Amino acid sequence: MTEPMVRVRNVHKSYVRGRQTVEVLHGLTLDVPKGDFVALMGPSGSGKTTLLNLIGGLDGPTSGEILVGGERIDRLSSGQLAKWRARNVGFVFQFYNLMPVLTAERNVELPLLLTGLSAAQRRKSVAVALEVVSLSDRARHKPKELSGGQEQRVAIARALVSDPALLICDEPTGDLDRKTADEILGLLQVLNREHGKTIVMVTHDPKAAEFASRILHLEKGQLLEQAMAAA
Amino acid sequence: MTRTGFILANLLRKKTRTVLTLLSIVTAFLLFGLLQAVNVMFSAGADFVGATRLVTQARVSFTQALPMRLLPEIESVPGVTGVMWQQWFGAVWQENTQLIFFAADPARLHAVYPEYVMPDEQWKAFEQTRTGMIVGRALADQYGWKIGDKLPIASNIFPKQDGSKAWSFDLVGIYDGIDAEWQRNTNVGWINFAYYDEENQFGSGRAGTFTLRLSDPDQAAQVAQTIDTLFENSPDETKTQTEKDFNLGFFKQIGDIGLIVRWILFAVFFTLLLVVGNTIAQSVRERIPELAILKTLGFSNGSVLGFVLAEAAFFCVIGGLLGLGIATVTGIAIGGGNFPIAVDQQVWLIGLLAIAGLSLAVGLLPALRASRVTIVDALAGR
Repeated sequence: MTEPMVRVRNVHKSYVRGRQTVEVLHGLTLDVPKGDFVALMGPSGSGKTTLLNLIGGLDGPTSGEILVGGERIDRLSSGQLAKWRARNVGFVFQFYNLMPVLTAERNVELPLLLTGLSAAQRRKSVAVALEVVSLSDRARHKPKELSGGQEQRVAIARALVSDPALLICDEPTGDLDRKTADEILGLLQVLNREHGKTIVMVTHDPKAAEFASRILHLEKGQLLEQAMAAA
Repeated sequence: MTRTGFILANLLRKKTRTVLTLLSIVTAFLLFGLLQAVNVMFSAGADFVGATRLVTQARVSFTQALPMRLLPEIESVPGVTGVMWQQWFGAVWQENTQLIFFAADPARLHAVYPEYVMPDEQWKAFEQTRTGMIVGRALADQYGWKIGDKLPIASNIFPKQDGSKAWSFDLVGIYDGIDAEWQRNTNVGWINFAYYDEENQFGSGRAGTFTLRLSDPDQAAQVAQTIDTLFENSPDETKTQTEKDFNLGFFKQIGDIGLIVRWILFAVFFTLLLVVGNTIAQSVRERIPELAILKTLGFSNGSVLGFVLAEAAFFCVIGGLLGLGIATVTGIAIGGGNFPIAVDQQVWLIGLLAIAGLSLAVGLLPALRASRVTIVDALAGR
């Protein structure tokens, strides 16, 4: 059996809100194999986004272990995590989160400023990423000149451009109409099947989840399967 | 795109705000450059280099007149080629317009100030007309005075023998400056000392200051020391200095010019600190989600701090250099002569330090805030 891309072991995560400590994840354990496309579903407050943030190295667990690509990311400092994210993870968000002052191609180029690539190499990588998301013809447009679907394609190109093994998608179609959402999900499917990207996606939309190869349900900070087994 | 390109793109996000902020910094540094130059000028010690004239006044204050009996002794000092005496008249035109008028001996004025150019017949008329006066071109043009005019000029210091302060003079000459710089100094009027001395109620035989013309500028310091030593421990101790220092002394009567300038600059920079600091802080507040995305993509806290500091530095460096540049040009245009407002190396050095200090002061707190953005909270809108 191959080493899983993501390995989460007995992870607890608590937040302090005012005087209260809220535990969001309760000893969660999860494996995501390399090349998998997992959809995380569950009601609001179930801990989906928290889990996604932990897997993506945007936040650290209160306790437990998280390995991504064989590396214990829960032990990394914030500086080490930043470098790790730049090399290993691509992020796609519900509201695209592009830089409004930059054109599509410059948005895509942004993560490459952290690499040692030359300007020519960066331009080439950007062109390839935009080609993958079929948006080469809108390279010089700023986000406000693009439709929602096009903006999300730019965000996907930005996530892809440094060729990470793992894509983290938080409600990537939550702000799109059905047709556009299906196009974006189809694109993610292509990235998973043809480019071998491991994808972990949070969604509320059952139709979106159908594009994934596996659907996991979270409830009250635990995977439903785990919760049922514990019961 | 480079990191610099990214910073520039962010700066141009709101062009009007960027331009207005830059303008406020340019204006502040223009003021800084000029005021600092004034400060340097007033703070400078006595400088006799290149002085062709010296002014001897009473040691206590130039408002205390010196007796005319000092004249022969001053004239006899080696290196002195000519001496004139002059008295501040306290001239008032019409209702309450103060004018710069001195009483002087016409022939001596002509000898000591060859930079004042006027036809010989007008100099002669000035010498021969007891109630005569001459004025500079600028003053004549300002009030539309012409040769032959009889002008009522009051004095707010010296009443006449009859108790009246209403004096009357005949305009017998209008002088120009020998060059453009001296032409700027033609806002002064001169009356005949003999008439003033006989007619004023406070007595005669005293003059406010003596102005000495020197044969060799290199001897200026020596001559000044010799004169002051001559009258040391006498009832009329003197202080001899260059024209430039004497004229600056006039303004120093207002108070501690350096302190005034420092307070103005403090007020300017404190306001600037608030304006620019608030602009940068607001710009950071508006971009919290974008900063979180930068960190999500892998930019370190230090990189984000650097981006914001660089934006602050851009404002301060570009605005500061432009302001100092304009101040330098303005200083050249308005300075010169006895008031050389030179935005020189010293002012630039202080200016560059101010730019660096201001960049840090306005940028550091917003930059630290930006670098401490928590990705998860920022993306969740908390």
